[in-house]
Amino acid sequence: MVIGRDPQLRQSGASLDSDRLLKLLDRVMQATFDRDNPLEAWRQVARPGEVVGLKVNCLAGRGISTNVPLVEAICERLQQVGIKDIVIWDRLNSDLESARFRINERGRPIRCFGNDTLGYEQELSAYGSVGSLLSKTLTQVCDAVISLPVLKDHGITGVTMALKNVFGAIHNPNKYHLDVGDPYIADVNMLPPIRAKIRLHICDATTAQYEGGPSFMPQWTWPYNGLLVARDPVALDYTGWQIIERKRAERGMKSLKEMKREPAYIATAADANHRLGTNDPKKIEVMEV
Amino acid sequence: MIDKANLETPVPRLLRGQSYDRREFLKAASLPCLAAGAFLGAPRAAPLFAAPATESDAQFIREAQFYEKLAYKKIKCKLCPRECVIDDRERGYCGVRENRGGTYYTLVHSRVVTAHIDPIEKKPFFHVLPGTLAFSLATAGCNVNCKMCQNWEISQVRPEQVRATYAPPAKVAALARENRCPAIAYTYSEPVIFYEYMMDTAQAAHAAGVRSVVVTGGYITEDPLKKLCTAVDAIKVDLKAFSEKFYKDVVNGELKHVLNALVTIRKLGMWSEIVYLVVPTLNDSDQEFKGLARWIKSDLGPDVPVHFSRFHPEYLLKNLPPTPLETLERAKAIADAEGLHYVYIGNVPGHPAESTYCPKCRKVVVERVGYTVGAVHIKNGRCQYCHTPIPGVWG
Repeated sequence: MVIGRDPQLRQSGASLDSDRLLKLLDRVMQATFDRDNPLEAWRQVARPGEVVGLKVNCLAGRGISTNVPLVEAICERLQQVGIKDIVIWDRLNSDLESARFRINERGRPIRCFGNDTLGYEQELSAYGSVGSLLSKTLTQVCDAVISLPVLKDHGITGVTMALKNVFGAIHNPNKYHLDVGDPYIADVNMLPPIRAKIRLHICDATTAQYEGGPSFMPQWTWPYNGLLVARDPVALDYTGWQIIERKRAERGMKSLKEMKREPAYIATAADANHRLGTNDPKKIEVMEV
Repeated sequence: MIDKANLETPVPRLLRGQSYDRREFLKAASLPCLAAGAFLGAPRAAPLFAAPATESDAQFIREAQFYEKLAYKKIKCKLCPRECVIDDRERGYCGVRENRGGTYYTLVHSRVVTAHIDPIEKKPFFHVLPGTLAFSLATAGCNVNCKMCQNWEISQVRPEQVRATYAPPAKVAALARENRCPAIAYTYSEPVIFYEYMMDTAQAAHAAGVRSVVVTGGYITEDPLKKLCTAVDAIKVDLKAFSEKFYKDVVNGELKHVLNALVTIRKLGMWSEIVYLVVPTLNDSDQEFKGLARWIKSDLGPDVPVHFSRFHPEYLLKNLPPTPLETLERAKAIADAEGLHYVYIGNVPGHPAESTYCPKCRKVVVERVGYTVGAVHIKNGRCQYCHTPIPGVWG
C-alpha cells in the first residue's frame, strides 16, 4: 500500500490546497499501480462505459468526512480516462449535504445521492454473522466502486477506515457494532457485491482523528496531510490503525487495546474464513511518496 | 414471532355475537389522518423507501425517556440492557433512537408501520379476555436481532426505510374502541423500542376504557419496566431459549436480563405469559426444557402459562426445518411433569394442547382450535366444574 503526504497540503485550520491535493493523488496512484502517468494508473481502476461509485464517508459532517476537493480531484482524473458516469454516494442525502456535497440525483456525468434515493434490495444478503439488505446504488447502479473512508478513531470499533466504510452500503449498520464490530465488519465485506465491486481504497487522511470518533472532535484531530491508498482494505486498515496508535501514544493516551476497543475485526478480515487481505506487517509493503 | 403480521391471515368471524370481517374493518378504520391502505398494509407490501423518507418529520420525534447525558454530546441509553453509548448523530442498536446534539430522541412516536385487528389468541394470550380482538400495531425497530425473526422486514429496519403512517395515541385508542377491540396489543416488532409511544397510547387507551397488552422479548431494564407495568394490563414475553449461548449466537442478547424482567413482571403482579419458540437443534434439548420448567416453577410460579411454539424457517435460519410435533409434545410433557399448570403447544392448529385445562379436574375450561375460541367454562375466575381458581384476566 501507499502513503502519500504533503506537509503543505493543509496547515491546521486552513482549507485544502486543491492543486497540491491533485498532485499528491497523482503520486499515490502512480505508486500504487506502478505507472509513470497518473492517467495510466486510473485506467487500471475503471474502464470507459462503467459507472463508477465513490463511496464517501460523511457521517461526521464537514469536520471529519471525505473532503470534497479530494472527490473532485478523483472525478477529474476519472473523467480524463473516459468515465462518463460517476456516482458519489453515502448512507443518507443529509449526511452528504452535511459534508458539503450537493445532491444531484439525475444529472450526469457526476451524480450524488444517498441510499435514501434508491433504497435497498428486498432480498437479504448474508454471510457469517450478518444478514443485510444492500444499497441499490451499489447493486444496481455502480459497476465499480472506489471506497473513500477517512482515517479516524471509533468509540466502539476502535478505528473506522476501509473495512468499516462499507457499513454505508447496508440497511442495518446499527446491528453490527457489538463486540467491537468483530466479526461483523469482516463479514459485511464478504457480501458478494461488496467484495466484487470495490476496486480501490483511498483513505482521506488529510485531517485525521485519534480519539472521540466517529463524531468530529476537533480537539483530537491533527493535520496528517496524507492519503492512504491500497487495493487491500485489510492492509490499509492495519496501517491506519498503527498511525492512530502512534498518535495516541504521542499524546499520552492509552492504546485501543487498553481501552478495550482494539479493532480485532481487522485480523478477522485476514483470517482463513475471509481472506480479504493481510494484516501481517511483514507482508504489507508500505511505500511512502 | 408466532403472531406474524400478515394481512392474509383472516380476521375470524368472532364469537360471542360479534361479526367483523376485514372489509368492514378497513371501512371503519379509514380516518382522515390514516390512509387505510397504508395504515393496514402488510409490511411486506411496503417496499423500502416506497414513500419519501420521513426521518425529518417532526410529528414522529419526541425526546426519549431513560437516558443519561455524557460529555462531548454523547448519551447513554438506559432503556434496555445494552445501554448503548451513542455519539452525536448516531443511533442505538435498535435503530430508532437517535442522538441529536446531545439530546436523545425517539423517531417512532406514532409512526405505525403495521396495524391489524387480531384475535388476542394470536399474540398469544390464552388467559387474557379469550375470544376477543386486539388492535395490534407496531413501529419499525427492535433491540435484538433474532436469526429466526418472522417480522424482520419491520423489526430489523430503520424507521425511514419502511412506509409508516401517523397514528397518535388518541386515534389508536379511538380506533380500538370503535372496532370493539377491548385491548390494544403492542406487538410484531419490539414495543420496548417504541416505549414512549406505547406508554402514551396505553394512557389514552385506559382513558377510553381500552386495555393494553404487550408482546415483547423482555429486553428492558428495571426502571422502565416497572413504569410500564403501571400502564398496561398484561405482558407476554418471548423467552427465546434457556441458554446464554443461544442468546449470544442467535438473539444477540443475554438471557439473564430477560429472566430478571420476567421476575420483575411477576413480582409486580402483572399478568404474564411466556412463549418459547422451539427451534430444532438449537434450543430443543430435554435438559433445556427441564431447566426452563424448573426455573419458571421456582422463580415465577406454576401458574404462568408457557406456550411451546412451532418454529418455521425464516430470515437467517432458513436452513432448519419446522419444529417436529413430537418435539413440541416432548417439551410439553417435560414441563407438565415438572408441575407447570398451563402448558400449551402453539402454531399447531387443532392440537388438543391449544385448549386450557383445569389443573385440578383436568376438564377443558377454554376450548380453542387455532385462533378460534369455543366454549369457555370459567366463571368469576374459577373452573365451572370444580371451582379451582384459573388465573388470568377474564373480564
